[in-house]
Amino acid sequence: MKELSLNILDIAQNSVKAKATLIEIFITQTKNTLTLTVKDNGCGMSEEMVRSVTNPFCTSRKTRSVGLGIPFLKLAAELTGGNISITSRLKSQNVSDCGTTVNALFYTDHIDFTPLGDIISTIKTLIQCNPDTDWVFVHKFDGSTVSLDTRELRGVLEDVPLNNSEVIEWIGKYLKEQYDGNRL
Amino acid sequence: MKSLAELQAIKERMRDKVVIREGVNETRIVIGMATCGIAAGARPVLNAFVEGVNENKLYDKVTVTQTGCIGLCQYEPIVEVYEPGKEKVTYVKMTAEKAKEVIEKHLKGGNVVKEYTIAYTKQ
Repeated sequence: MKELSLNILDIAQNSVKAKATLIEIFITQTKNTLTLTVKDNGCGMSEEMVRSVTNPFCTSRKTRSVGLGIPFLKLAAELTGGNISITSRLKSQNVSDCGTTVNALFYTDHIDFTPLGDIISTIKTLIQCNPDTDWVFVHKFDGSTVSLDTRELRGVLEDVPLNNSEVIEWIGKYLKEQYDGNRL
Repeated sequence: MKSLAELQAIKERMRDKVVIREGVNETRIVIGMATCGIAAGARPVLNAFVEGVNENKLYDKVTVTQTGCIGLCQYEPIVEVYEPGKEKVTYVKMTAEKAKEVIEKHLKGGNVVKEYTIAYTKQ
């Protein structure tokens, strides 16, 4: 993956497949670290599954037995001296507090750190393709915060879907203005 | 600054359209967005289709969506075009540039861009 935002686009699909209704993406940057958290309220995984998801030959898919999303993220983090951790609670065991959280730590001053890249494009794509899921995005850096919560948008939009072309365009501009404003 | 008031205005404008839209025969553009597709460059392709559909005001009859890995990873980014009453067209090794051409020639002009299809590439 050429950009970290592409890894994010990729692993967020796992949360979609886990039938999450809310997926939260947090990126927090300090001087030399970037912490990524993808948290969902989906079906969760068993302890055994959590242990084996970093294995490329582990996948919930029935058609082929290869899954590279999490291994790629792990590799990207470890190349910078960082790491990933995954916690999960099965829906079948703990209905009120189920889901999976993936945490990844990157050292941004390491030469092998993959730049974040076009994160706005990733958020737009996720919403475009999964308009019935709710998305929270919070990016903190240099004392600034860029955020989006589709539950707020839905409150205004009512029956107009989130993947309406004008809404997607609005989301892109809304995020871009926040980033531009913070740079001033 | 973009505000929620602007979103409110979009809602007012879209409300009537939403009702009309249901039940209309739609063309579906489906982009492979599994790990293989994303790594091969599916995101800019998807965005090019979304923007192209928007710019050409095709949103009443065309939807852009995603699918997982269909097992042809070496041909990613893959784009499938489903038109009502027609056979599915599979475009392979797509780029944002090729996407613009497909919108122009195929979606607007009605002519499949043969050189980007899987049948052509495999020959």
